[in-house]
Amino acid sequence: MGFLRKVWAIVVKDVAAELHTREMVSAMLVFSVLSLLIFSFALDLRGAVARAAGPGVLWATVAFASTLGLSRSLAREQQSGCIDGLLLAPVDRSAIFFGKALGNLIFMTVVEVVLLPLFSALFDVPLLLPGVLLVVALGTLGYAAVGTLLASIAVNTRAREVMLPVLLLPLAVPLLIAAVQATGRLMEGASLGEVGGWLQLLVIYDLLVVAVSMLTYNYVVEE
Amino acid sequence: MIELCELAKSFGPRAALAGVSFSVDAGEFVALVGPNGAGKTTLLRILATLIRPTSGEVRIAGLDPAKAGEAVRRCIGFLSHRTLLYEDLTAEQNLRFYARMYDLPDGPARVGELLERVGLTERRHDLVRTFSRGMQQRLAVARAVLPRPQVLLLDEPYTGLDVEAVQALTDLLGELVGEGCTALLTTHDLDRGFAMRRRVVVLSRGWVVYDGSRAGFDLARHRALTAR
Repeated sequence: MGFLRKVWAIVVKDVAAELHTREMVSAMLVFSVLSLLIFSFALDLRGAVARAAGPGVLWATVAFASTLGLSRSLAREQQSGCIDGLLLAPVDRSAIFFGKALGNLIFMTVVEVVLLPLFSALFDVPLLLPGVLLVVALGTLGYAAVGTLLASIAVNTRAREVMLPVLLLPLAVPLLIAAVQATGRLMEGASLGEVGGWLQLLVIYDLLVVAVSMLTYNYVVEE
Repeated sequence: MIELCELAKSFGPRAALAGVSFSVDAGEFVALVGPNGAGKTTLLRILATLIRPTSGEVRIAGLDPAKAGEAVRRCIGFLSHRTLLYEDLTAEQNLRFYARMYDLPDGPARVGELLERVGLTERRHDLVRTFSRGMQQRLAVARAVLPRPQVLLLDEPYTGLDVEAVQALTDLLGELVGEGCTALLTTHDLDRGFAMRRRVVVLSRGWVVYDGSRAGFDLARHRALTAR
């Protein structure tokens, strides 16, 4: 219970800091909307083109906007040496990972709550389906977890803003492929059973990332 | 309370600590002095379990940080020139967060008591980023002593403070040490906030080159200066 209380304390702290500044979620939201507009003009997303390219555009937007937020989330811990404050706490350091990842998951979900209906309305594609929402949930969970782990590494490097996407995007490729494929098929009317393979890949990816993060986070955050 | 035996730490080919041995008794206040790059901060960060030594042994309250990291961290309060405070949270939110991280049963009461003690009760609902450097450092002291640590590690806590803030911090630390806390303070400025310390350990290039009384240290320094 002590472990969970500390995870929750980190989540509450991150949400409270964000409510004071609103800089992370607002930047992610503005970036997402601008990305949608740019993709819309560049690809002329209407009708069949929107249905074909939509899943890719959606996940590219989610990935880039989330990367922006992940970088900021860990940079906040470096401000005034706060990461040391966390590391000094008498807690298993995987609690810090879970707290940060859960906070990032919440911020990404807030952005998606705005992004999905907007995307659906703008391009007239059926995104608000239970199956698509499940894929979005699994994809977001995996991206938040792997992003938190890699942002914790990148934040200690000199070129931290550049380093995070360089580390994150190649490792997120399996997750993004599975999410794009499953979203596309579900939008075309496929059942959950028909995209079972992609869903399994998402679940395995999520479990693997969480397990690796639990085992390695102690070494990642130590100098 | 603190025991170091042949402690060494290397960063690549560079040795930051080259075999440091000394001990600090319970309730003792020791100043660890030396020029920049002497290894003072590295030593304190090892004691705080923030980095691992390359070799050697450390014991804090009889515990090995490598084996009982969580228990050691529960004994330690750490104060540096960086405040370890979230600038986007209020003073009270910062302390309450750390109280939760330390599982303090009397968290809210302890937070109120410490805010009163460091003179920030009036500003408890203000964001830390609106505070002056001196106020931030007072709040950082409150954060460091929040879990009632047995050992206080102070890493250049006077950096960036004006004369008034230095005096306020010295008084506050003096009170805490008077309550029986063991303290190890690093500084490269030999005269700041120095009155309360009786024992001095001098580090140079990762080695202990002096370990003795303040009076003996002054004499050795005087001899070194007059010999030039």
